Amino acid sequence: MKRLLGLAAVIAAIGCMPAKAQYSDGMIKIGVLNDMSGTYADLAGPGSVVAAQMAVEDFGAAAKGMKVEIVGADHQNKPDIGSNVVRQWIDRDQVDVIVDVPTSSVALAVNEIVREKNKVFLISGAAASNLTGDKCSPNTVHWTYDTWSLANGTGNAIVKTGGKTWFFLTADYAFGHALERDTAAVVEKNGGKVLGKVRHPFPATDFSSFLLQAQSSKAQIIGLANAGADTTNAIKQAAEFGIVKGGQNLAALLIFLTDIKALGLQTAQGLVFTEAWYWDMNDANRDFAKKFSERNKGIYPSMVHAGVYSAVMHYLKAVQAAKADADGKVVVAKMKELPTDDKLFGKGTIRADGRKIHPMYLFEVKKPEESKGPWDLYKVRATIPAAEAFRPIAEGGCPLVKG
Amino acid sequence: MFEIFGIPSQALFGQLLIGLINGSFYALLSLGLAVIFGMLNIINFTHGAQYMLGAFIAFFLLHYAGLNYWAALVIAPIVVGLTGILVERVLLQWLYKLDHLYGLLLTFGLALIIEGVFRNFFGSSGLPYRVPDSLQGGQNLGFMFLPNYRAWVIVLSLIVCFATWYLIERTRLGAYLRAATENPTLVRAFGINVPRMITLTYGFGVGLAALAGVMAAPIYNVSPQMGADLIIVVFAVVVIGGMGSIMGAIVTGFGLGIIEGLTKVFFPEASNTVIFVIMAIVLLIRPAGLFGRRT
Repeated sequence: MKRLLGLAAVIAAIGCMPAKAQYSDGMIKIGVLNDMSGTYADLAGPGSVVAAQMAVEDFGAAAKGMKVEIVGADHQNKPDIGSNVVRQWIDRDQVDVIVDVPTSSVALAVNEIVREKNKVFLISGAAASNLTGDKCSPNTVHWTYDTWSLANGTGNAIVKTGGKTWFFLTADYAFGHALERDTAAVVEKNGGKVLGKVRHPFPATDFSSFLLQAQSSKAQIIGLANAGADTTNAIKQAAEFGIVKGGQNLAALLIFLTDIKALGLQTAQGLVFTEAWYWDMNDANRDFAKKFSERNKGIYPSMVHAGVYSAVMHYLKAVQAAKADADGKVVVAKMKELPTDDKLFGKGTIRADGRKIHPMYLFEVKKPEESKGPWDLYKVRATIPAAEAFRPIAEGGCPLVKG
Repeated sequence: MFEIFGIPSQALFGQLLIGLINGSFYALLSLGLAVIFGMLNIINFTHGAQYMLGAFIAFFLLHYAGLNYWAALVIAPIVVGLTGILVERVLLQWLYKLDHLYGLLLTFGLALIIEGVFRNFFGSSGLPYRVPDSLQGGQNLGFMFLPNYRAWVIVLSLIVCFATWYLIERTRLGAYLRAATENPTLVRAFGINVPRMITLTYGFGVGLAALAGVMAAPIYNVSPQMGADLIIVVFAVVVIGGMGSIMGAIVTGFGLGIIEGLTKVFFPEASNTVIFVIMAIVLLIRPAGLFGRRT
């Protein structure tokens, strides 16, 4: 009894300590949740933890009297595992904000939990545009890119250069379905036609069977609505089966820096795709990439990593301005109120539906002879201005938007 | 052109052939597993990692030693086989008298360690490995375009599978091996060094996995999780064929490749599951597997 009383006294004393701001349990706890060991581990994975750490350091949290801790976990691309981690983090470890979460099926599950627990969810890795559409939440900001912006960038560019008939190779889960849906809409809007689709299990290793189906469809463009090793394996095997030589072209609807590196320029050259960020576009990006790769086993940052950095930076600004981190809705409202500004994404805004707005870029993979280093892989083909890069707010069907 | 179940027969032939190609990987891997289980009574969960090692060694040989695919095809199985022999001598040999579970746990743990180490050093997105120049291109078969490399995969794996089967079921050495698994004490009494034979058998089984790994390198990404993706399917193949049955492993490997290929046409979403459905059905009807003997 005596010990219990003593404990209570200690707890009371901690609770009464004078604090500059009301941070729950005295610190801001950031949980980076993603695929740490599987197919998406290089494009997000431990690198996203590094990016979050760099954001905290560059923000100068310690000097501003904010105590920030970062934890990371592996969701293995499984919604049930991701949900369990998030529940434990919020209920037991008092994590205030969940960051990254590639794999849309996991992100959609986490989205609901974070909303129910009133914390904050900053998405960098996941793509499904439903996250700011019918599934939008007052606790969520979708930062880096989404399926609509990819479809809009790549789909438009390809249809306008003559790729009118499409066949989709789609990863059979939330992300693949969303990417296929958004791209098909762009294709049809521009007068193109979708001839067929095949949905492959995620993850898959052998695509020859699906590629053969795509080949016999005689479509001009084979749209790869998948990601990571699925995309690289499909591209590699399409080259083997002479699909590109046979006159059909591949559209990698979502591909990351690390995927291009894995494919090698010889196979990947000439691919056109959309991304939100590339390390070799300006001095600030190059400087970030250099410091980042030194801390991430030499792997250069993907747009997912850059998005994590940018999102965490803005989150910390909002928490500082709101002087509290416990109420997720309040923090996200503050994030939407403040304009975003950081060295990687520049100036931008966050819309009422949770969509972060910035320009997107259409890139092309360099030819082997154009590349000057192991990570010198892209050249910019076009910039898609911020105003056109994302789905118009009225079309998403987000209940938060009062129309 | 006539149609079968609404699919043009051309497309169907193509899919059958592709099923056969995938089946050759299943057959090669399950063959190694069957040999090891049959002779050592060890359920070798490291098999996927050893397959991955084979692919990585091919990559190292090409990029650091300048040795091409053909050299890798010989060197990688030998190197990985030697590491297998080391593992058998140092770790596995102490487990033969214990329950299967111990061997399974040890090999599973080893697989996790090997894959973790490779992921740490090489990341997860994989490394590029090109199809050798002499096997570039392909043949137009009329109903499909068959890359030369895939044709080579089928031929080589058929040769290796049947050579292994012949070695174990039809030669004197194979007879010693089979006798040693039945009654090791008696075979030793005839002056045959049974422990050494078992060590070499493990090395051979592991070498087969590495060979499959080298063959897979130009088709799939060389990545640390390439084995983990495949090993579960391969175990299902071995179970369906009958644990330890050499012929069972070969026939089921090719057969299931074809069934999986057909599923990819008629109901692609189920192509990951179909093998396990078949496994469940086979286990219900013939618990020892299609080619297994009841003990």
